[in-house]
Amino acid sequence: MTESFSFAWHTPLALADLPVYQGENFTAELAQKLSQGLRLIALTALEPHAAPTPLLAVLAADQEKRLTAFVSKPLERLPSLALRFPQCQLFERELSEDYGLIFSDHPWPKPVRKTPDSGIQRGKRYPFFRTEGRQVHEVAVGPVHAGIIEPGHFRFQCFGENVLHLEIALGYQHRGCEKLLLKAKAHQRLPLLECVAGDTSIGHALAHAQLMERLEDLTCSERAWHLRTLALELERLANHIGDLGAIAGDTGFLPSSAWNGRIRGDVLTMTAMLTGNRFGRGHLAIGGVNNDLDAALCAELSERLEKARRDALGSVKVMLKSESVLERLRGTGALSLDQAKALGLVGVCARACGLARDARLTSPLTPSPNFAPALAQSGDVLARVLVREQEMRASFAMVEDDLCALEEDESREPGAEHGKEMPPHTLALAQVEGFRGEIVHLAVTGEDQHFQVYKVIDPSFRNWPGLALALRDNQISDFPLCNKSFNLSYCGHDL
Amino acid sequence: MIGIYLLNLLLALLLAPLLLGIINRVKAWIAGRHGKPLLQTYYDLAKLCQKSEVISPTCGLFFRLAPALQLTVAVAALALLPLGGQASPLRFTGDFLLAAYLLGLGRFALILAALDTGSSFEGMGASREATFSALAEPIFFLAISVLTSLHLDLGQTQDQAFSLSLLFGGQSAGAWLSGKYELLLLPVVFFLLLLVENCRIPVDDPTTHLELTMIHEVMILDHSGPNLALILYAQALKLWFFASLVAGLLVPDLGLASSLLWIAVIFLVACAIGLVEASMARLPLKRVTTFLGGAGAMAALVLIFSQMR
Repeated sequence: MTESFSFAWHTPLALADLPVYQGENFTAELAQKLSQGLRLIALTALEPHAAPTPLLAVLAADQEKRLTAFVSKPLERLPSLALRFPQCQLFERELSEDYGLIFSDHPWPKPVRKTPDSGIQRGKRYPFFRTEGRQVHEVAVGPVHAGIIEPGHFRFQCFGENVLHLEIALGYQHRGCEKLLLKAKAHQRLPLLECVAGDTSIGHALAHAQLMERLEDLTCSERAWHLRTLALELERLANHIGDLGAIAGDTGFLPSSAWNGRIRGDVLTMTAMLTGNRFGRGHLAIGGVNNDLDAALCAELSERLEKARRDALGSVKVMLKSESVLERLRGTGALSLDQAKALGLVGVCARACGLARDARLTSPLTPSPNFAPALAQSGDVLARVLVREQEMRASFAMVEDDLCALEEDESREPGAEHGKEMPPHTLALAQVEGFRGEIVHLAVTGEDQHFQVYKVIDPSFRNWPGLALALRDNQISDFPLCNKSFNLSYCGHDL
Repeated sequence: MIGIYLLNLLLALLLAPLLLGIINRVKAWIAGRHGKPLLQTYYDLAKLCQKSEVISPTCGLFFRLAPALQLTVAVAALALLPLGGQASPLRFTGDFLLAAYLLGLGRFALILAALDTGSSFEGMGASREATFSALAEPIFFLAISVLTSLHLDLGQTQDQAFSLSLLFGGQSAGAWLSGKYELLLLPVVFFLLLLVENCRIPVDDPTTHLELTMIHEVMILDHSGPNLALILYAQALKLWFFASLVAGLLVPDLGLASSLLWIAVIFLVACAIGLVEASMARLPLKRVTTFLGGAGAMAALVLIFSQMR
């Protein structure tokens, strides 16, 4: 049991090599690591049955680009760290919901995915937080919304137009993905993970492919990597462009809203030309990719990319030059750097607070020495817009580089390979920077080529509490705008 | 004369829904879209009239009465205006007060109906509508008082100077044509009031689907069928009313020709609304007061300038 046990993000690790702690010591070790500034990547049970169960904690030291992990003896009850380290609170609630673990003194012991109107809560009112007082009123929104979006319930405690507190209750999209993954046959896992969050098909598929390659000790050809990052960055482009347009639409600024809707479609068409599907389904394979580009197609994609780049940059410029748009974005839904750190936010929301968290930097899929994450400082809607704008520019450049490399490369057919068998009782991780933020897939293998644990952590899972906090002391009329600027996935959270 | 006035009133009642079509077309054109048909509001009205209504069991009698009341007061207010530059047969001294408070009554009815539903969204919308219209009202009266003081200075009797038919009947346009250019700020003031009273961008976003940000639209969420049609039509008439105020200040007294000019100016106002909506984002709710303050300052400025002469 070493004090500073750590490992590189790309190496799978035998479970037996991990330090093991007894009950209280596990929590103490976790608290110590968190107070050293490490970030909680995952906190999960190691057995797929109810408590008592051993726990596994994985933390990241982003500066050193190292991970650390440790396990506990089977536990039933342990002290909660949520109050000291808010980034733990959802993980703890998830564990007590799924495995019946008891976290004593948890300040917010509520379900994560059991919806307020689910039968499980029968006879008991969902414990919504309530503010009492004259002129304090409650506004309930959802789960059915006016727009064509996913279901989620929002409960505002308002004083006039000001929001005192927002509580978000999710779980309407829960499909039991993680359980399905444990039962699924090897070839069923990728299609299943592509549906975890439909707009991040490539991101989740890539994370799974990575994880499997690490377990089976496979290496991808360089060409396959270009085809993968190409698809990943196209996904980021389409979503960032769509989000910027949606934010413009929410401020009532029509030009950029209308243009970006069209440009997003153009980028999705490019994804379809590459993969045969507008959202890139079926593109990824374990050990490679299923689609290749010939020189002619590369040239056409480059041409379309140039057009889309010109249009998208122009559209965003019009939006950011408009004083009335800036007026609406500036100072709305602001989060501080400390709040972002405490909540363990990732992705665009974290970078908008000045937190340089980007899986492309801390756990790069391919060597990319010059990569610098896009940052903004103010943490408000404007900052999230500016981060998206910078990332959009960077992604255009990355897609262009990939297309150039693919056009020059003579080799063909980066098809799937077969690797070794998965070693039993091994922990493997994959971190992929999807367009929302860091996607984490964590797997522990069991016997017979099966998984004992497969944990999917969408960036939305970490960022939803950020949205609730951003709304404090803001106007309720600004909620849709804040919500759009976070653009979190409901199904990615609900799994 | 009454015949010509009635013809103008009929045109207003017929053409008012077209204004919404023009606004939508201009917006679509700027954004590079095709947009809805110009006559879409007519189709919508026809469609809604054929539908049955869904009424929540929590709603009382007022919820059902409000739309009809709103339409009635909108028509009545319109009939007090000198449409097409023709003096209204219903004119009397102080009729501007009646017109303003008829519209106020319509708004009151709608607010009560919104509260009647018991929905927290509609309550929020009602509160916003009440706040902004209360702030807009003094500005409306300030602008009217600028006009009355002008006409009193020009030698009109008190009986005439307190009637909409004189203030918006072409003589005001005559005044700025003869060199009182500061009066040209007044149509701008009325245009800003139009944006506030009719819930257009930058005050409200009539196309949004986000209940939490709406003002007017959220108040009528529970209305459906023929009653919704009544509200839509009353809204169009209200738009025509405010656009007429702008036209009344811009079109000089040219006899019959001014009727045509009125309608042309009203359509131009619709285009201007479309341009504003296509090129601006919505203001944060808190900043709407600043916007109204600007309109008030402009009206005060005209008053000072015209008194300094």
